[in-house]
Amino acid sequence: MSIRLDGVGFVHANGVQTLADIDLQVAAGERLAIIGPSGAGKTTLLHLLATRLRPSQGRLELLGEQPWTLSVRARQRLRARIGLVHQSPPLPPRQRVVTAVSAGRIGYWSTLRALLNLVHPLDSGGVRDELARLDLADKLFERCNQLSGGQLQRVGIARVLYQSPQLILADEPVSAMDPVLAGHTLALLNREAAQRGISLLASVHAVELALEHFPRIVGVRDGRILFDRPAAEVSAAELQALYANAQLQQAPAPAMAPQPLMPRC
Amino acid sequence: MTRLVNGLLLAALLLAVVWSFRFLDLEFANLASADGLSQMAEYARGFLSPDFSPAHLAAIGRGALETLAMSALGTLLAALLGLALALPASGRYGALALHASRLVLNALRAIPELVWAALMVLAAGLGPNAGTLALALHTAGVLGRLFAEALENTPSEPADAVRLAGGGRVAAFCYGTLPGVWPQLVAYSLYRWENNIRMASVLGFVGAGGLGQMLYISLSLFQEAQAATLILAMLLLVLGVDALSGWVRQRWVSQ
Amino acid sequence: MNTVPRDPAALPRLLLTLLALALLWPGLSLSELDLTALFRPDNASVMGGFLAGFWPPAHDASFLQLLWQATLETLAIATAGMCLALLIAMPCALLASRALSLSALPRGGRPAWWAQALRWPVRGLLIVLRSVPEIVWALLFVRAVGLGPTAGVLAIAITYSGMLGKVYAEIFESVDPRPTRALLGAGSGRLAAFAYGVLPNAASEMLSYTVYRWECAVRASVVMGFVGAGGLGQQIDLSLRMFAGGEVASMLLTFLVLVLLADRLSRLLRERYT
Repeated sequence: MSIRLDGVGFVHANGVQTLADIDLQVAAGERLAIIGPSGAGKTTLLHLLATRLRPSQGRLELLGEQPWTLSVRARQRLRARIGLVHQSPPLPPRQRVVTAVSAGRIGYWSTLRALLNLVHPLDSGGVRDELARLDLADKLFERCNQLSGGQLQRVGIARVLYQSPQLILADEPVSAMDPVLAGHTLALLNREAAQRGISLLASVHAVELALEHFPRIVGVRDGRILFDRPAAEVSAAELQALYANAQLQQAPAPAMAPQPLMPRC
Repeated sequence: MTRLVNGLLLAALLLAVVWSFRFLDLEFANLASADGLSQMAEYARGFLSPDFSPAHLAAIGRGALETLAMSALGTLLAALLGLALALPASGRYGALALHASRLVLNALRAIPELVWAALMVLAAGLGPNAGTLALALHTAGVLGRLFAEALENTPSEPADAVRLAGGGRVAAFCYGTLPGVWPQLVAYSLYRWENNIRMASVLGFVGAGGLGQMLYISLSLFQEAQAATLILAMLLLVLGVDALSGWVRQRWVSQ
Repeated sequence: MNTVPRDPAALPRLLLTLLALALLWPGLSLSELDLTALFRPDNASVMGGFLAGFWPPAHDASFLQLLWQATLETLAIATAGMCLALLIAMPCALLASRALSLSALPRGGRPAWWAQALRWPVRGLLIVLRSVPEIVWALLFVRAVGLGPTAGVLAIAITYSGMLGKVYAEIFESVDPRPTRALLGAGSGRLAAFAYGVLPNAASEMLSYTVYRWECAVRASVVMGFVGAGGLGQQIDLSLRMFAGGEVASMLLTFLVLVLLADRLSRLLRERYT
């Protein structure tokens, strides 16, 4: 069992219960997408799984360990086996892509090796191969501030792939990309995860993309899991319930002029 | 009402100025007398024919290199020490460390370089070593505070992300925080180097080597011609370092 | 693809590192940098003994009286020096500034070439006056007029007149030129045009910079005292030579308080009047 959540809940610092009663089990090598309206708690859930946040209630088991019962050093070693793709890639603007991507393996390297890599990239070939999968091989020695939003997100993905973790958590990894590129990238992510036997959890804004690429869908609304079933079995009614009072499309529909109230006699 | 206060303040200012002159009992009458002026003119004349002999120029060359080395190494040491103190001073290690390191930085900053040089001559003996240490200590206080402000204002997400992927603290700092603040660190250091080359020239007055020490000696021996060349050399050194520092900053820092 | 990509930054970084190392070696030997000198037993014991003398700071009545006099002397040197500097700086700034140029009127603000050329000597003088560190002037004057505050006052007067003059000239040129040009065009004399056209707008900026420079002058006066130009600095130098740790401690504390007060006063004046 790769991930196991039992009754996990999270209370934000201001007292708001962002997540409650989360029960989730993910087997090794499984791939699933998390969908739901904005503010439902998708990011919070992923951050809990990345051990960035500590659950307020319930039991969390990741890759066979309970992260918050471990020592700091053991938890750091566990974190090296988990890769988080951030929604907005945390890359220093003036850093070169080769350094930014190779930073994925810092969890495995000694401090000395990490510092040497900063001065001169020690595995630029490996980084280039990873970037080539994302069609960014020509950007190897460019600075991050010379890339577009979509390119930066792909660099963030390349960094996590280079890290070769056992679990990939992706927080809206294609939000800055056009629909074609987004589909292409999600397909690639799924392909790599399947090939390398990595468990993959991605929160995706566009429902069609989620249904198209992921075998399992988890719907989250108001901090609770609404449904958790294979993609083929997700019904329109369930999606309706999930996004009630919200837009289904990614692009907001143009606001309609308010209808005058016609009295009926 | 404000008019009255302003008027009183102005009167107080004028009184302070008049008092200053009276307190000092300056002998301007003496200076401005024919005797005094001719003495000054005599003294000044000695400077109008600088000594350009090869031996003196060679000595000046060595003194200039000594002064340059003092200022450069002093600034470099100051940057390292300043960065080391800036880390706790930016609040990374808690409130106690923050206040303690800020106190140290303020103390280093408040004492002028010349006083530090005099203290270092006492502690480490005459010569450029004292000057280098003095510059390092004072400038560490200045740079440390600037660096701490830069560290406070830089986003912490990149370093946090490295930590979250299992990286150690040192690596997280070097990969996540340092690339963001690096241009500012270099700019501040180069700017202080421009200031330090001026200070390095005069630290020799208290025995800390370089052109300053040579100037002090030649003035004490009333060798005005040699002193004049030394002052010219100081001017050239200052202008040269200003130009070099400005070029480096433009080329590599402002992007 | 089996070839390792070539890093374009590798060569420049290597060259830069080699350059830095090549400069470091002579730099270390020329500056005679030796951090261990601080910890050598004979040095450390001298310094230790000196620092031990810091506590308690000297506070006997006669010494405190001396301290008070020295502090007043420092303040007086700074104030008198700034006053003289102002007397030199104002005419120089008026001469050097392009704001009062009559030849600029028909040329939209840019003086004729000969008018520019006439201003260069004054500008050059201002640059020379402020480029030589004030302590060098202090040393020169100590040799010329003897030990004591006169040398300090003259040194500040000369260096700071250069600084004030340059900044004043720039301030004059940065205010709105139209009132001045209107006055000059209507035939007013240059000084009157200055007083009615430039001064009202420039006054607060000039005051702000002058007060800031006065604060710097207080610090500079202490530093110049080390070469015999009177005030607190001269006393610190004397006590240092005599290894009187307690006296040096008191004087350093006084210096810190003085600098703090000057800073506060300067900020107060600037906030109130600018």
